Amino acid sequence: MRQDRRTAIASLVGLAGLTALAMGGASVLAQAKPRVIKVSARRFTYSPSVIELKRGEPVVLELTTEDVFMGFNLPDFNVRSDIVPGKTSTLAFTPGKSGTFIFLCDVFCGDGHETMSGKIVVS
Amino acid sequence: MTIDRRQFLQLAALGGGAVFASSLAGCASAGGAGMAGKDEDFYFVQLSDTHWGFQGPAVNPDARGTLPKAIAAVNALAVPPDFVMFTGDLTHTTDNPVERRKRLAEFRDIVAGLKVKTVRFMPGEHDASLDHGKAFTEFFGDTHYAFDHKGVHFVVVDNVSDPAARIGDEQLAWLADDLAKQPADARIVVFTHRPLFDLAPQWDWATRDGARAIEILMTRPNTTVFYGHIHQENHRMTGPIAHHSAKSLMFPLPAPMSQPNRTPIPWDAAQPYRGLGFREVEAEDRGAKYQINELPVVGA
Repeated sequence: MRQDRRTAIASLVGLAGLTALAMGGASVLAQAKPRVIKVSARRFTYSPSVIELKRGEPVVLELTTEDVFMGFNLPDFNVRSDIVPGKTSTLAFTPGKSGTFIFLCDVFCGDGHETMSGKIVVS
Repeated sequence: MTIDRRQFLQLAALGGGAVFASSLAGCASAGGAGMAGKDEDFYFVQLSDTHWGFQGPAVNPDARGTLPKAIAAVNALAVPPDFVMFTGDLTHTTDNPVERRKRLAEFRDIVAGLKVKTVRFMPGEHDASLDHGKAFTEFFGDTHYAFDHKGVHFVVVDNVSDPAARIGDEQLAWLADDLAKQPADARIVVFTHRPLFDLAPQWDWATRDGARAIEILMTRPNTTVFYGHIHQENHRMTGPIAHHSAKSLMFPLPAPMSQPNRTPIPWDAAQPYRGLGFREVEAEDRGAKYQINELPVVGA
């Protein structure tokens, strides 16, 4: 009986622990939910052209184009995506280093393509 | 008695520039075309990024005069090259297909003034990326091909007809198959427009699947790559393979990642045509090393 009581207490403690863990986990998950940033492209600019991020903060870029097929390339983080007219492309990443990094269109889109770039500033 | 190009240049160096300029008639060339399999000294000329149709007086106030001057400079070379190679961006891009063809036609007519019989072309992204090489092909034929000349196997790789700067599976398979037919120690020269390696991907100075091409080229270590796109000289090794970029004949660009943006270097009235030019590439009959001689647009 004593054994049973101890077992019951242990079970209750364990259940409480699991509950706390679950609540804490939910909190962690909430914190880990990536920030969504919409980025619109049109020949030969991005809006916004400067994106400010925090180091270690997961983000998802939602990429759209107002006119032609484009690209979004962030070489320093080894991530890129096509941007297809009529669709929303998503690009998820977590910046692991601080600094200012160039992103650019890597799909040739006309006279002005060479100037189509922006900056990601990670603090 | 005939003398070869190297002997002639040595004599010219001893005798001064006047001899260099006045001895054309008496000098035999290193040999004509049609001797594809015979190892022999020869040289070719690389011209690149002529951007015919570009307008920007602050960058080049002689936009319609620079290419004709370069053609005249090549025609004035003491010993004519065996062939001339244009490594892309023959024209400046335009959305208008009619205008694109007009620029290609004007370019073709101007370079028809070259005295050199063999002139070869390949596209840059400005020529080909907006229509997947359609207009270029109408004027100049295939965008990728191979040929042999005096013991050297030349391969032209198209990394611009796909606007995403991919060579593509089909062409890579063709490249692998083409090189597989060459001996392991074959002398290979590759012409391409964009760098095959990641020179500065932040400035779009790369080829999306260039690493796969280099992997194929590594099977033939006596390979040298000549390319354009970046409007300046740059020399880089990937393993045993040397990569040499050429100057433009319209406007120079800054050194890779030397400033925030890859904006053209403004025209310097005190030093007109500075940073522009073309090059001679001399192949010796042994080995895979090439002597590169950079020449200015005027005063060559």
